[in-house]
Amino acid sequence: MNHHPTIKPPSHARTLAQSHFRTLRLGTPFQPRIDALGFKQDWYSWAGYRAPHSLWDEELEYFAIRSQAALFDISPMTKYRIEGPDAEAYLDRVTLRDVTRLKPGRVHYTAWCADDGFVLDDGTLFRLSPTRFRLCSQERHLPWLLDSAFQYDVGVEEETEAVAGLALQGPTSFAILRDAGFAGIERLKVFDLAEFPHDGTSVTISRTGFTGDLGYELFAPADKALSLWDRLMAAGEPRGIRAIGYTALNRARLEAGLIVANADFTTSEHAIRTDRLRMPDEIGLGFMIDPEKGHFNGRRAILEARAKKRLRHMLVGLEIEGNIPAEHAIVYYRRNQEVGLVSAAMWSPMAKRNIALASLQRPYGDTIADDLWVEIYAMRELQYQKLMKRAKVVPRPFVKLDRRTANPPADF
Amino acid sequence: MKAWDAIVIGGGHNGLVNACYLQRAGLDVLVVEKNDWVGGAATSRELTPGFLYSNCSYVCSLFRPEIMRDLELPRFGLQVISYEGGAVFTRDGDYLANYRDHDAHRREFARFSKRDAEAYDRYSRDVTRQCRFIQPLLMRTAPDPTSFRPRDLGELIYLGKKFAGLSAEEMALTLRFWTMSISDFLDEYFETDVIKANFALSGIIGTALGPMSPGTAYVLLHHYMGEVDGSVGAWGYARGGMGAVTKALAASFKASGGTIRTGTEVDHVLVRNGKAKGVVLAGGEEIRGKLVISNADVKRTFLKLVEEKELPDIFLRRVRNFKIRGSSGKVNIALDSLPEFPALPKDSPVYRADMHFTDSIERMERAYDDWKAGRWSADPFLDMMIPTTLDPTMAPPGKHFMSCFVQYAPPKIDGRDWTDADRDGFAESVIAQIAAYSPGFRDRILHMEVRTPREIEAEVGLTEGNIFQGELTFDQLLFNRPVPGYAQYRSPLSGLYMCGSSTHPGGGVMGAPGRNAAAEILRDLAKPTLHMSPAHDVI
Repeated sequence: MNHHPTIKPPSHARTLAQSHFRTLRLGTPFQPRIDALGFKQDWYSWAGYRAPHSLWDEELEYFAIRSQAALFDISPMTKYRIEGPDAEAYLDRVTLRDVTRLKPGRVHYTAWCADDGFVLDDGTLFRLSPTRFRLCSQERHLPWLLDSAFQYDVGVEEETEAVAGLALQGPTSFAILRDAGFAGIERLKVFDLAEFPHDGTSVTISRTGFTGDLGYELFAPADKALSLWDRLMAAGEPRGIRAIGYTALNRARLEAGLIVANADFTTSEHAIRTDRLRMPDEIGLGFMIDPEKGHFNGRRAILEARAKKRLRHMLVGLEIEGNIPAEHAIVYYRRNQEVGLVSAAMWSPMAKRNIALASLQRPYGDTIADDLWVEIYAMRELQYQKLMKRAKVVPRPFVKLDRRTANPPADF
Repeated sequence: MKAWDAIVIGGGHNGLVNACYLQRAGLDVLVVEKNDWVGGAATSRELTPGFLYSNCSYVCSLFRPEIMRDLELPRFGLQVISYEGGAVFTRDGDYLANYRDHDAHRREFARFSKRDAEAYDRYSRDVTRQCRFIQPLLMRTAPDPTSFRPRDLGELIYLGKKFAGLSAEEMALTLRFWTMSISDFLDEYFETDVIKANFALSGIIGTALGPMSPGTAYVLLHHYMGEVDGSVGAWGYARGGMGAVTKALAASFKASGGTIRTGTEVDHVLVRNGKAKGVVLAGGEEIRGKLVISNADVKRTFLKLVEEKELPDIFLRRVRNFKIRGSSGKVNIALDSLPEFPALPKDSPVYRADMHFTDSIERMERAYDDWKAGRWSADPFLDMMIPTTLDPTMAPPGKHFMSCFVQYAPPKIDGRDWTDADRDGFAESVIAQIAAYSPGFRDRILHMEVRTPREIEAEVGLTEGNIFQGELTFDQLLFNRPVPGYAQYRSPLSGLYMCGSSTHPGGGVMGAPGRNAAAEILRDLAKPTLHMSPAHDVI
């Protein structure tokens, strides 16, 4: 009577993958090179990959971004390949910005929302051809992307492991790519992308990045990762190229005023507490919304919240007195009324100012932007030094570098 | 004749929790237990030399940490150890594991479906939201909606406010959660059979319903709202078996001056003029008590321990109709060596976790069909684990104790009582299933204890062997548990209280019913409850 199992073996790939439990933190395709340079052994988990906080010195790594060129492994970023005759219409429907205006060979920074208008994630959309896109993001969205593809002639495929990614950022990044033989690289303007031959295949290079500096991002098949790394390192050696970890990059992105999902706001599919959900207007992404472009996911809810003035939060850049970073400090109005929280803060070496990103409850930061204070608890030798410092709402980016957009790009 | 301040019938975990709190409030409390040992369904018994069996309940998560702290249970030896997630073996020779590491968990799911791998975060978010809604209700007496007492109104308003505080989407989800089948609920997130089966098992454990029966989604929630030291949803082993929980409770109780009489079966509650006055033992001995608190389930309490004439008709009818259906059994095994599962890599953490063999909801539902037809499942659903992989105290070195929770097992076979032959057939269905995945398994068995609903009822006293003292369906929860109008641990008889899992918030080794009942009793006695920690914050 007992139901005895009929043994038909599972696919070879599935069985082979069983052993992943022995490697809780995967290496990226660049891992052999990064391990060799990771003198500090200071790793963290980035989406399940072993990623460096810092390789040898987080401050010097930061200065490599701003003075020479820094190589940062972005392979753990989630990547989706979206392809088909309806890819443009589909992406226009699911993401905020107008994809019909994103030409092949261009990239834009965008975000996407659930039906209730709350932000699922932000990310970059690469238009590789009229019918082929790559969407890069912090979090994972495959079920949502697949469900949304209903009635569109489009395929959505997760390709995170198959595609290796590198960011090459800093003043000498252009010169390095040129010297490495990527002919025509000088033609790329900010947010342009193009394919370049590499090691029998091709690499996609875009003039994009997360540093507010002159910089590029490169995507290659995983098995060409090491040859790409070596090619850049060889060409970059005379121009001061250095591999860096996340801490340095995070400083540069804060100076550029860029936000990080699940650091500066909580993504909708991870927010257990529903009051943590944010609409695009509440995290400074209102500029992406184009009410004229036709229907997109969350449109009704977003426009209604705007019309009924139901937007409750505001993400702002702050400049804070003094030089003590105000990370995770509470923001007060008139020194006593709690109105928000700092999500990221640092002393900016490029601006020589104490900067921060903060989420405030409207109308603070919106119509009331004066008399704001932050309370900094600075632990010094096992004692909190409590500081109440004046904060001023300032526009982002905190640091604007002409070399980022200069055409043609300069050598340094 | 001595009159105790309170007599607790039954030394299960809730009876002991209740007794501990009352004793610590200054009452002189006696616990009477029919078995020669305490523990009820939370016991560790040496049934073969050198092996301790968690022979009923076998894992720990729901037991409230507030109670562990109040009653100083660590001081009396209680340790709870977290374990790795678990696995479902698939019929194709593979398995699907649950790993504690978030990314390993995703990669494991991605072996079967990339889509489902990425669906887990949203699923987990929604379940967590619901747990956070329910958790604060566990350590509160449910309001009586028919009463206009200020306290009930206050509690109703609290509930109402909590509900009104939900977003429209959450409210909809809450109602769905409390009414849907676990199968329908999982369909909203996942597409792969084995992944759905993996989650569905928490929706049917201990319940005489199948995964396609409405109401089973809540049962899943009930298994997710526990914690191990702040890790919500985690499950652990009590070191020394589940008896360690009741052993610590008994020691705590005695240390505060309480008295336990084992081998003392209550025949009935002594009632005079509608008031409980004590208990009469099976041998005829009378023990007087100002209060009587029953840890037995509501049917046993009011249909066996109290004379019918003492109780109102409507109450009795509702007690008779309260669903305490037998649905599960237990096979406990002493093993000569660790079994091998060729599907698993030899160093797999799954050996230290719970294991299952039912790889589709369809198979679970077919197993339930057998229950409806009045027979044990030919292809049963097992929740199997080997706690000795983490707990060295339960078996000699190198040898192992294996606990198999088995579903479904009906209270009667084709309308007649279980026989020994039935019991052996039931055991064979379990061993055959394990052996199909673990060659040589039979040869490792040193000793085995088989418990059908018949054995569980006879030994532990649980009606039909129902592990929750009543099904956890929405019609039997909150102010409807066990009987409308009597959901606040009191009974129609003055001086007679209930403190078992038949009462809010229900079953599992949680202790909350025992604690909440103590709070109500102390309120009736106008005694302070300062020794009872409020529920931990859910922030």
